[in-house]
Amino acid sequence: MSPPGSGETLVPTHCCFCGVQCGMYLRVDRRGKVFGVEPRDHDINRMRLCAKGIEAYQQINHPDRLTSPLLRRTRDEPFRPASWEEALDLTAAEMRRIQDAHGRDAFAVLGGSGLTTEKAYLVGKFARVALGTRHVDHNGSLCTAAAATANHLAFGIDRAANPFSDILLSDCLLIAGANIGDTFPVLTRYLWGARDRGAHLVVVDPRETAVARTADVHVALRPGTDTAFFNAVLHVVDRDGLTDRAFLDAHTTGWEELRKTVAAYPPERAVAVCGIPAEQVERVAALFGAARNAMAWHTRGIEQHPRGADTCLSVINLCAATGNLGRPGAGYGTIAGQGNGQGGREHGQQYDTLPGGRSITDPAHRRATAALWGIEEAELPEAGTPMAEMTGQMRRGEIRGLLGLGNNALVTLPDHSSAQAAYDALDFHVQCDSFLSETAAHAHVVLPVATWAEDEGVMTNAEARVVKHNKAQDPPPGVRTDTWVLCQLALRLGHGDRFAFAGSREVFDELRTATAGAPVDYSGITYERLAETGGIAWPCPSTDHPGTPRLFEDGRTRHPDGAVHLHPVEWREPADPYDDAYPMTFTTGRAAAHYLSDTHQPPNLPRTKGS
Amino acid sequence: MMGRTIFIDPGRCIGCRACVSACRECDSHRGTSLIHLDLSDEGHSAASLPTVCMHCEDPVAPCAEVCPADAILVTPDGVVQQADPTRCIGCSNCVNACPFGVPVVDTRARLQMKCDLCYDRTAHGLAPMCATVCPTGALFYGTLEELRAERPGVRVADSFAFGDVVLRTGVATVVPADKVDWPVPGGLPVVEVNGVDVP
Ligand code: SF4
Ligand code: SF4
Ligand code: SF4
Repeated sequence: MSPPGSGETLVPTHCCFCGVQCGMYLRVDRRGKVFGVEPRDHDINRMRLCAKGIEAYQQINHPDRLTSPLLRRTRDEPFRPASWEEALDLTAAEMRRIQDAHGRDAFAVLGGSGLTTEKAYLVGKFARVALGTRHVDHNGSLCTAAAATANHLAFGIDRAANPFSDILLSDCLLIAGANIGDTFPVLTRYLWGARDRGAHLVVVDPRETAVARTADVHVALRPGTDTAFFNAVLHVVDRDGLTDRAFLDAHTTGWEELRKTVAAYPPERAVAVCGIPAEQVERVAALFGAARNAMAWHTRGIEQHPRGADTCLSVINLCAATGNLGRPGAGYGTIAGQGNGQGGREHGQQYDTLPGGRSITDPAHRRATAALWGIEEAELPEAGTPMAEMTGQMRRGEIRGLLGLGNNALVTLPDHSSAQAAYDALDFHVQCDSFLSETAAHAHVVLPVATWAEDEGVMTNAEARVVKHNKAQDPPPGVRTDTWVLCQLALRLGHGDRFAFAGSREVFDELRTATAGAPVDYSGITYERLAETGGIAWPCPSTDHPGTPRLFEDGRTRHPDGAVHLHPVEWREPADPYDDAYPMTFTTGRAAAHYLSDTHQPPNLPRTKGS
Repeated sequence: MMGRTIFIDPGRCIGCRACVSACRECDSHRGTSLIHLDLSDEGHSAASLPTVCMHCEDPVAPCAEVCPADAILVTPDGVVQQADPTRCIGCSNCVNACPFGVPVVDTRARLQMKCDLCYDRTAHGLAPMCATVCPTGALFYGTLEELRAERPGVRVADSFAFGDVVLRTGVATVVPADKVDWPVPGGLPVVEVNGVDVP
């Protein structure tokens, strides 16, 4: 704590790293530089932070920051520093050259969910309006896509249904494929709080994580067998009469078919498939089915599989069949991993979406967006392809130029050698970053951009709560914001009038208009309201609307019929089954101190959990 | 036990090292973390255990008792301070005397450092950095009544037996309700000193 009179100020903001979005203060010295962190009593985290959040500020004035654009003609040349004029002119010229020679779709844009929502919105608009390419996607489609698909199928809306604070009110918590302690450390507090009230805890995870260690039931099933387990639990719930008939009748469709499907999953099947004792199936069914208010949360552990959406649906089926939706302490959620994992996928930097969670294949949605952007609907490109498929198109020469920002795809894409081959095949690659990441180091042009503490903007956390990040210091000399870069490139491509944004606030105002009446409605959210309230959950259709922390309270989903659509799902053998040649399974894990590929600069974060 | 103090509950710890990072942010020893985080069975269990200074009360803090330079002062409210840099001679006596393995000595600076309960914060009514940020409440700062209000039925210990010596501490530990054994055994009994058996 600095003594009064030191000239130090505190800037309220949020951690940039995970989907919890803990509040924090950045400490700014009398020269206007961030030099430390101070806990902040925000209701998401009540002053708590994990090691990542505490150390995050050390990236801001780190000596490895890029402060000048870097250029080179070919990848075997060294980079040379260049002026912004030269770097932007060259980039715009390459965009034109590649699009003139190979068509508009030959230039692609890849964004990321570490970007603020304003920037994510601008990435989509830049790709579709300034470049007119269908190829735009972001790193979120590598992780949350399965859950998003399941949410759309079941509920017609893609967000967690309950706020974190509902965890404290639940009587039975089912945590599946989520290493809460290491991935969302601050959420642990909610779990322990529920435990203090006597809530039961069930953890479904092949590994004994720190939270699993303390669970009433830790279901350590074989990787890739989750669907069989959840179907078996629902089998027992139905067998023992623990379903909520009234809820099923009034608020769901598809129960009879689902019931037939799970009839084929007696506990013995879970024993054989999942390698767990039958008592665990019985016990989980009894705990979850009998609880007054039960809740399920899952993350990538059950989602990032072939048929991951099916697995998510098997969890949703269980919640709906037991009537656990839309009440305090009763509900369902997938926890978005990246800082803006939720907001980053909502506003059109994804290959198939437009701002406001609109669909690029829906004619009415296309018309609304085209009108807002002042273009003809026919000019709006069609849906593109997800990031993982774009690498194949890059290798085949269908995509020849790439603008990347807010990602380090060469590290985070699976199948590194084909990702490397894809990037190698590009004629021209420009990457925006604050550091020379592995992906930036591979580019032709690198543009140095501001860190999270050097610009304002909003992010949406895993509860669908929009929170405000504030600017704590100016970027170092030579560094610009991603917003400025996109607007400057649009200007050079002849679309300056549609990208005349002075900064985040102007982008946010356009975003509010763009989402009015859309599924993901931000129109009632303003920077001022966010500062007053500490965050507002969407949908928020007017400036006097309090936001929507909990969905489905009126018993209606966002499907036109208002029902939860139950989808019977079958368990299928993983693509790479165990056999004599491959008898071992590797599964990825997390260490609390690290996140994506972003956390190697703070010097004090341990390399591994133990060191 | 001090009125407002840290309660350590290893059962809640997830080994996230936020306390370690937060300790480094403390203005009285910025850049150096003085909290210890041990993984008791690394590779086999996710169990972890944070250790802060226990601010021993009775007998007088062993570290202060053995300090030949009278460098370790105890405030009237019971906080055992880190060694006064104008007095400390870096002899490491305190390191050897502390039954909890708390003080460290910077051998180049010839200076002892240890947890002082963030005296710059606690003296002003704020919680220490580690217990402020700890995402799980494994480190809790407050009174016993405040702890009990949040965690009904919680049992805490502030006496530790080392052989025949029973040490009372200013910081307390949460003990599993079914395992309270008073005082909490603090260490293995001494069996030999300099090669000579101790009866
Ligand atoms: S990484 Fe997540 S849990 Fe840790 S401080 Fe940041 S927002 Fe909170
Ligand atoms: S901050 Fe809390 S949970 Fe994390 S390692 Fe320290 S004591 Fe354990
Ligand atoms: S725990 Fe160790 S350092 Fe702390 S007061 Fe006791 S003897 Fe001294």
